[in-house]
Amino acid sequence: MSRNKQLRNLSLSGPYLFWIIGGTLIPLVMMLWYGLTADDGSFTLANVLAIGEPGHAKALGQALLYSAISTVICFLLAFPLAVILRKSKMGVKGFILFVFILPMWMNFLLRTMAWQVLLEKGGVINGVLTWMGLPRMRLINTPGAIIMGMVYDFLPFMIMPLYNVMSKIENSVIEAAKDLGASDWQVLYKVLLPLSVPGIVSGVTMVFVPALTTFVISNMLGGGKIFLIGNVIEHEFTVGDNWHLGAGLSLVMMVFILISMAFIAKFDKNGEGNLI
Amino acid sequence: MKKTLNRIYLVLIIIFLYAPILTLMVLSFNNGRSMGKWTGFSLHWYAEMFEDENIMDALRNTLIIALIASVVSTIIGTAATVAIQRMKPRTRNILLGANNIPLLNADIVTGISLMLMFVAFGITLSMGTVILAHITFCIPYVILSVLPRAREIGSNSYEAALDLGATPMYAFFKVTLPELKPGIISGFLLAFTMSVDDFIVTHFTRGAGVNTLSTMIYGSVKIGIRPTIYALSTIVFLTVLVLLIVANVIPARAEKRRKEKDA
Amino acid sequence: MSAPIIELEHITKSFGSQMILDDLCLTVHENEFITLLGPSGCGKTTTLRIIGGFEHPDEGRVLFEGKDITELPPNKRNLNTVFQRYALFSHMNIADNIAFGLKVGKKSKAYIDDKIKYALKLVNLEGYEKRRVDSLSGGQQQRIAIARAIVNEPKVLLLDEPLGALDLKLRQDMQYELIRLKNELGITFIYVTHDQEEALTMSDTVVVMNQGYIQQMGTPESIYNEPENAFVADFIGDSNIIPGTMLHDELVQILGVRFPCVDKGFGSNKPVDVVIRPEDVELKEPGTGRLEGEVSHLIFKGLLYEMEVMAGGFEWLVQSTKCFPVGTKVSIDVDPFNIQIMNKPESEDEEAIGVQE
Repeated sequence: MSRNKQLRNLSLSGPYLFWIIGGTLIPLVMMLWYGLTADDGSFTLANVLAIGEPGHAKALGQALLYSAISTVICFLLAFPLAVILRKSKMGVKGFILFVFILPMWMNFLLRTMAWQVLLEKGGVINGVLTWMGLPRMRLINTPGAIIMGMVYDFLPFMIMPLYNVMSKIENSVIEAAKDLGASDWQVLYKVLLPLSVPGIVSGVTMVFVPALTTFVISNMLGGGKIFLIGNVIEHEFTVGDNWHLGAGLSLVMMVFILISMAFIAKFDKNGEGNLI
Repeated sequence: MKKTLNRIYLVLIIIFLYAPILTLMVLSFNNGRSMGKWTGFSLHWYAEMFEDENIMDALRNTLIIALIASVVSTIIGTAATVAIQRMKPRTRNILLGANNIPLLNADIVTGISLMLMFVAFGITLSMGTVILAHITFCIPYVILSVLPRAREIGSNSYEAALDLGATPMYAFFKVTLPELKPGIISGFLLAFTMSVDDFIVTHFTRGAGVNTLSTMIYGSVKIGIRPTIYALSTIVFLTVLVLLIVANVIPARAEKRRKEKDA
Repeated sequence: MSAPIIELEHITKSFGSQMILDDLCLTVHENEFITLLGPSGCGKTTTLRIIGGFEHPDEGRVLFEGKDITELPPNKRNLNTVFQRYALFSHMNIADNIAFGLKVGKKSKAYIDDKIKYALKLVNLEGYEKRRVDSLSGGQQQRIAIARAIVNEPKVLLLDEPLGALDLKLRQDMQYELIRLKNELGITFIYVTHDQEEALTMSDTVVVMNQGYIQQMGTPESIYNEPENAFVADFIGDSNIIPGTMLHDELVQILGVRFPCVDKGFGSNKPVDVVIRPEDVELKEPGTGRLEGEVSHLIFKGLLYEMEVMAGGFEWLVQSTKCFPVGTKVSIDVDPFNIQIMNKPESEDEEAIGVQE
């Protein structure tokens, strides 16, 4: 490559390189530095090991549990949907997809707030129950409410990659399987499911990571009574003011994010399951 | 039989997705402030909403931040995509890998780490830091939108332009950019919506007193939701609906017209 | 002829308002290599998909060894398909692809392993068991698609333009390969293509289709030498199709000149279409033939020369091993056996149906 061309490439990509370094790499280094030092600047692992404290461990455990459950529910809801959408006609397809993706563009906080309004003690569902003469139920501030919120907020993130990857499977492949004697059920788990793996991995990651790290959903639907790891970290940075501890716990949480990224890298080499 | 089951399933999912949003819309017309009881139709929450300083202020901030962040990130992201396309495969893969970090990373980590950097460099948190943070997480979305288009067209037409005597500058603006236009537009729209929708990164990087719609809603939920927020939800939803329809219908129409011309 | 294995009875199929097949009847015999040939949209692929069970006919029945299988789904039919673009399972290796039908059919492991070996040997890809699908070339993928179908020992193999995506040289090699396979397996092949050369090379029987109707059915020789209508004549190879008048039995007048021929039974003074293959047009010294003309174009095609000759107000396509440069005055003659007479269709509809004898 000529010098001239290199120069041109550099001038085009320069601002981007600046932003990657300044906006992504340096901040992550800062996180690492804060997480591995004490107030006086000395090196310590205490902030990271603090995850072992009962309160923190429980917060992480609950976050892992709830996000895993909501990821599974999202998958179980989205997979049949993607199979059905795959078969629908082209014109109808665009419209239906639009219908399922539209809520994703609605403000995240408003969507979560909507569930608060539905589940609240004096909320819509209890209002309807009372009107029907039934006793009120305790819905809000329960693990169920949080999982419900996670599923609702992140379901489109599962639908999109699953649909994307499935719409690329050629009809003739399905027909070939049937031709070779496979029943509808066998076509589903021997052909459609394994061919959807890149989309499944993307979808799982895109639901699991934000669910694991959320503090908004647990705050709004858990009434501040249920603490997830995201809540603990947010608390340290805003109210608690122990940034070193917050950064240390963030590092622990990032381990799980890194594992998810590794999964994507392994199974979705061609970026088939990309959101867009 | 199977078809009916499929239809029922689709309808159930649609109900699940839209019932909460519709609930907010219905409540925005409720006369009283109760969530559980209907006390008559009224528009006064809408009137109140438009007079609410906090809401209008947050709305203004949200739009300013989104506009600046999406324009800047579209320019930087598009230039970067063109450059990345022309790089050696190894450098390309490293840069695209770096591009994926903010996409896959949790927002809370992005937000906190940016905040730590701003503080470490002695930059006071303000609306400016929010804009810088938004540009950071918007660029990857722009690149992701422009890249497939850039791959599709390759470098042939650019080289053809040079072959026909165009200067690199002329070829870039008259050939490469127009060809990338669909990707650039969708990248811009994506960046804009991502910025409008963001709460977490804004939450950590904003200065005192700077509110966007998201942070304003988060704050008001803690105090107790006022029905003006329902009115706001309705307006936000309808705006998104109209914008998405416009964004989807216009390219589809253009495509159809192009095809008809070809045929 | 051997027993019928597949019978299509009065099949009608339309997609939306578009009629694809109209009252189609077709009998395929055991151990036959039959080719459905026609331009795109003629209904050949739809016919194949109806036999395979991927489309349901609006009307009519599909019989397999005399039993009605119209309502049977594809996975219950004892026939297999080789798809146009291979349709291999990209998430499985070659062995698993081939084993798919056997595993679904719950065959023993030993049997499956044997079959995989046998099938790979049959398609000349021994030792490819563990390879990934995307590491194979187009031609190799095509062979695997065939292997995957035949391990299930179908009585009928359906092939939907299987060579369409290959380049010319490979396509010719695969044609010989398919003929060999067919002879070794001793099963029925139903083959769909738009390539007339492919059809003529491989088939026992060629079925020429257009606009949902069967135009002509017969051996490759009869289709080529005795096309029954202008469509078949035009579609199969190059032809000179000239309007003429049948004066009486064994004499036809074209371009104002009388040509003796061998066709009978068209009546007298009837308008007809006359088909003469370019290689059957003889060019002679001026004055020694029936029609005087002049060479207007000349192309060297390797085996022979192709010329256009302006004679009697008609541009004749002529192929010859001898070269006549542009401007040469020539005289045209045709052997009576090489003149093929066809009834003129009276309407466009009739043209589509094909005039039956």
